[in-house]
Amino acid sequence: MRNSFAKHLLELAYDDESILLITGDLGYGVLDEFQRQLPNQYINSGVAEQSMMSMAAGLASRGYRPFVYSIANFPTFRCLEQIRNDVCYMRNPVTIVAVGAGLGYGVHGYTHHAIEDIAIMRAMPNMTLYSPGDAIETNYCVDLILSNAIPAYLRLGKGGEPLINTKSLGEQPSILIIEEGIDGVICWTGGIGAKVMLASSMLEKLGIRPILISMPVLSDETIGQLLSTANGKKILSVEEHTLSGGFGSWILEVASGIGYPGRISRIGVTRDTNTEIGTQNYLLEYSGLSPEAISLKFRGLLT
Amino acid sequence: MTHEAQSSHVGSALSVVDILAVLYSGSAKVSPETSNSAERDCVILSKGHAASALYAVLAIRGFFPLSYLESYCADGGQFGGHVTHHGKPGVELSTGSLGHGLPYGLGVALSQNRHGTSARTFVVLSDGECDEGTTWESALLAHQFGASNLTVIIDRNRIQSLTNTEDTVALEPFADKWRAFNWEVREVDGHSYEQLSAALATQDRPLCIIAETTKGKGVSFMENKVLWHYRPPSSEDLENALLELQTESQ
Repeated sequence: MRNSFAKHLLELAYDDESILLITGDLGYGVLDEFQRQLPNQYINSGVAEQSMMSMAAGLASRGYRPFVYSIANFPTFRCLEQIRNDVCYMRNPVTIVAVGAGLGYGVHGYTHHAIEDIAIMRAMPNMTLYSPGDAIETNYCVDLILSNAIPAYLRLGKGGEPLINTKSLGEQPSILIIEEGIDGVICWTGGIGAKVMLASSMLEKLGIRPILISMPVLSDETIGQLLSTANGKKILSVEEHTLSGGFGSWILEVASGIGYPGRISRIGVTRDTNTEIGTQNYLLEYSGLSPEAISLKFRGLLT
Repeated sequence: MTHEAQSSHVGSALSVVDILAVLYSGSAKVSPETSNSAERDCVILSKGHAASALYAVLAIRGFFPLSYLESYCADGGQFGGHVTHHGKPGVELSTGSLGHGLPYGLGVALSQNRHGTSARTFVVLSDGECDEGTTWESALLAHQFGASNLTVIIDRNRIQSLTNTEDTVALEPFADKWRAFNWEVREVDGHSYEQLSAALATQDRPLCIIAETTKGKGVSFMENKVLWHYRPPSSEDLENALLELQTESQ
């Protein structure tokens, strides 16, 4: 996802000098091509995330479209007040690019994980949230972000996510029905969709066919569309994020507002995951986010 | 304003108001007519608690009607107790949390450079604000990125929230610190219009003006008193203060 992001942004930046790529001294091997081809639109602001974010806001206030790139915990938690005051309150069109969101940096440990970012970013004024699940959704989100000059949060995986979508998205609506089905809905946001696809294969062998929906754009509106599409069926939400205030919580809030009749169940990263050491896969499994656990949870929901 | 609103920070406002008056009297190339122009100079009051001084100067220079000042800190009014930007010509950045103005101003200065304009950015900091890490991050970055159109003016009144700066987190040798970060430093009397104007006139690299000021300047019972970081002036305080200021200006 991060490589396709860098490639797509480079293509767009060739024709748009207002696009700047600002990194907090990270992106080795990912941003090199951008730096080589468009050195005047590339800024390494060193290990100084707070100043990086305010500086990006200042650039955005005078017509630039800065994309501020770093490992997900750094351009978020480390500089939250800069995001709140200088980007969001001032409504400056900075795009925060958070790489390896969720548990993407597995064995690097909890300091490098971002499992509270959706909860925090969705509370910021004027902020729009994008959480693509594969390279195709990533390009789709970048195009959407550039079509609208307001603050944006782009939550990316670390890399190597399999393609879930089979064709480029163009003018598609923002909720993506990956597979039609009949037995309830499984929805997710971000790269965790790959695990859901595996869970879906397991369910299919048992004759269970849920509607599979990927949610790369998160807002009250898109979640409202999700609930309309689900049309009263049971829903399982899956996220690589804590259950406190994240994607699933958001669905429950909107569902409560409209009196959604179906049962809604959630899976996310458990709070004690930060006591564990391991790869992303190991940590997902620990949290109940393995294909087997997702499949089991959905079967439980249907009964 | 601070009397009407019974709000705080009158001492900080009196400390910085001469700096703002000089900036908006020609040192910074910005006027009500050019307040949206891409060519304009940018002034950021990073010490947002001295908001009343900025609002007063902007109103006198015609950025908005003087009548706006009457609703300072009032319910449904135009201006809050810290600098607020919403729909206010001339206000470049909402501030109040210290340490935001300089990195933001650096971004604006780089933007001015990249657009090939000769515009400059002036960021007014408090000395207490130099406790913030972002001040020094930005000082490093401004040199690295060649922000030769970025000027910092430090309101060096030597008093911060609870006591003297040097008894809190000592800043001296202050000028040397900025020089060590590759900034040019000019030290001036922060209440002298001549010295401030001269120091602001030109620059060819990141410039730090340390403006020696007096907190509560011009009102004897407010000068150099931490108390007036907080206390709103009573009717009697206001009367005495205005009397002193009028006598002084005659």
